[in-house]
Amino acid sequence: MAKEFKRSDGRKFNELRPMTTRVGVVPNADGSALFAFGNTVAIAAVYGPRKLHPQHMQDPSTGVLRCNYDMLSFSVSDRKKPGPSRRAQEISKVAGWALAPAIDLDAFPNTVIDVQIYILQADSGTRTAGINAASIALAHAGIPMKDLVCSLAVGKLDKDFVTDLTKEEEDFEDGEGATDFAVAKPANSDEFSLLQMDGKIRPEQVNEILKLASEACKEIYEVQKRALKEVVSQE
Amino acid sequence: MRNEINEAHEAVELDSDASVKRRVIVPGEVIITGEDYLPGEGTRRQGENIIATRFGLAEEAGKVVRVISIFGAFVPRRNNVIIGRVVDITYNGWLVDIDAAPQAFLPIEEVPRFINKNEMDQFLAIGDILSAKIWSVKSRGVDLALKGKGLGKLEGGFVFHIIPSRVPRIIGREGSMINLIKDKTRCNITVGQNGWIWIRGPEIEDEIKARKAIEFVADKVFVNGLTEKVEQWFEENE
Amino acid sequence: MEVSNVTREYIAKLFANEKRFDGRKLLEYRPIEISLNVSNKAEGSARVKIGKTDVVVGVKLALGEPYPDSPDEGNLVCTGELLPLASPKFESGPPAFQAIELGRLVDRVIRESGMIELNKLVITHGEKVWTIYIDIYPINDDGNLIDASTMAAVIALKNAQIPELDEKGNPNYELKKKHIPLSKDIVPLSLSFFKLEDAIILDPTREEEEACEARITFGISKWNKQYMLNSCQKIGIETLTQEEIGKMMDIISKNFEELSEKLKKFL
Repeated sequence: MAKEFKRSDGRKFNELRPMTTRVGVVPNADGSALFAFGNTVAIAAVYGPRKLHPQHMQDPSTGVLRCNYDMLSFSVSDRKKPGPSRRAQEISKVAGWALAPAIDLDAFPNTVIDVQIYILQADSGTRTAGINAASIALAHAGIPMKDLVCSLAVGKLDKDFVTDLTKEEEDFEDGEGATDFAVAKPANSDEFSLLQMDGKIRPEQVNEILKLASEACKEIYEVQKRALKEVVSQE
Repeated sequence: MRNEINEAHEAVELDSDASVKRRVIVPGEVIITGEDYLPGEGTRRQGENIIATRFGLAEEAGKVVRVISIFGAFVPRRNNVIIGRVVDITYNGWLVDIDAAPQAFLPIEEVPRFINKNEMDQFLAIGDILSAKIWSVKSRGVDLALKGKGLGKLEGGFVFHIIPSRVPRIIGREGSMINLIKDKTRCNITVGQNGWIWIRGPEIEDEIKARKAIEFVADKVFVNGLTEKVEQWFEENE
Repeated sequence: MEVSNVTREYIAKLFANEKRFDGRKLLEYRPIEISLNVSNKAEGSARVKIGKTDVVVGVKLALGEPYPDSPDEGNLVCTGELLPLASPKFESGPPAFQAIELGRLVDRVIRESGMIELNKLVITHGEKVWTIYIDIYPINDDGNLIDASTMAAVIALKNAQIPELDEKGNPNYELKKKHIPLSKDIVPLSLSFFKLEDAIILDPTREEEEACEARITFGISKWNKQYMLNSCQKIGIETLTQEEIGKMMDIISKNFEELSEKLKKFL
């Protein structure tokens, strides 16, 4: 594999786009954050633990994590009609599953923790930016968590592994085309809580690509940590 | 389980002998390593490490390591004094919104004097505000009690909200901060652990000043020298 | 927690004494912060913060058919969405009335003012026109969403550019040159007056808004150098007297001018 190959935006194969974060963007929420990978911008707000309606959905043994992901109509070139698409509904579910292992839901029986994720501007990696924003927002909200959750898309352009694909890279068609592997994991664990893949990848390549993802997650963790600590130092 | 107010009082001033100086910590981070430390609130033990399980200020007192929350929703605990708003009247009590996940209920037996079941709304009507103590926290909800000085319906004045985890520094060590604010503004103030605060004073100017002073304190995360800062604030806002 | 009886009475007392918790006058707006380019995928976008109220609005253009009764005009579609993100009171699901009203009110202010020259958005008469989509998203609701939303919509429109059409007549969203055809001097705004007992106020915080009994929103702009009301909607059960409405009419032009000043450099 040619590790020296350059990408159209000049990044190295394992270089992430510049990350931007801001905590507390929604004052009404218990916790909130903005997270961006380059031009992909996500905001997340957390409300909870709070009452879960209707009552029959309450679980006396554990709290419920309710995750809602959607894109603003003008976040994409072809306007997206308001209202959740099937894609958004699927991402809502997998994002919830990505975050849940890190949260001590047992501590809040009969309640709900609502996580709202919205994409302001899309340039691929929207679910991963969303999960990163949600993770910061959950911590900001004081929710007991085992760890922060880090997420990114790793992939392959023809035969070359890359991290954090842009939309342009997602549309790559030469050779084996583009493979997109979205992953998430609690920062200090080696277990993955999100695994979604589209493209062409040989089984024996999976190990290496996941290792690449784990390395990149460390960088994301540092950015998330710094964002949270900076909230407090604004005195 | 120790009363949360007392816990917070001890935490108000920086203890220079502590092995863990007050510092901001995120979930999953190692606070300190050592077999003889005990994992307190907001932490867990993993091997030799004490690890944070929530975002906040990590600190240690007497070998107990804990993380004090600085943001987040209110989680009701027994003995908390709270301020709530009546949302409904049932045949045997009042349903009260305490701005938390579980529903709260004040049984009619809690009222010190006799209340006719037909006249319940004359004691507490929908939309009325009361201060009460949390008597029990069960899976189906929270039971309230009026056993305690000054608890009951709050008349006049107004209520407003601050982040619940800031309540301990609003009260201060043995009430020093809230008493300072009460003195300077001549106001009656009741502080609910759920972040709701009631103020009633002699003049509008005093009541508004008391709210602003409380919001000034609540905004700060670190509490070093907070009393001096507040006294200065009052001087500047004569 | 919903507003309590004592707090509502207290706020009424404050207003009767011409006071507010944050020290503002009754007809004074909170500090306003404006920024552009919320999304580089929008043809135009803006973010307006009034105090802690925070609204983003994006403008998108797409080709469509004109309405049968206006074959020589482009279309305007204005939609409001109350994302559950913005307030503990907003819920997921089909749009609540408040969301529908938000979209419709902003639509009427802009449409009736004549700000957009819809007749210049025709590509083929009776067949192909531009449709302008204005999508409104509150990010944080601390009261007075309507005024903030209208302001953001107007600024987004003023800064929006039309995609060029390629040889096949399809929009190229990567290539935008011309601005949307707008009447140069028409800059409409919403001014929402709120009433609590005998007091009339502007720009309530969420706390104040929950205590108020009625709201009336006026769309207003300047046309031929004269102030023109373009739309009006009263909501709530409480009534307004002619005297109260008269008071509003006495002050609305001045307040409109003051508010317009804050947008000047973004137009």
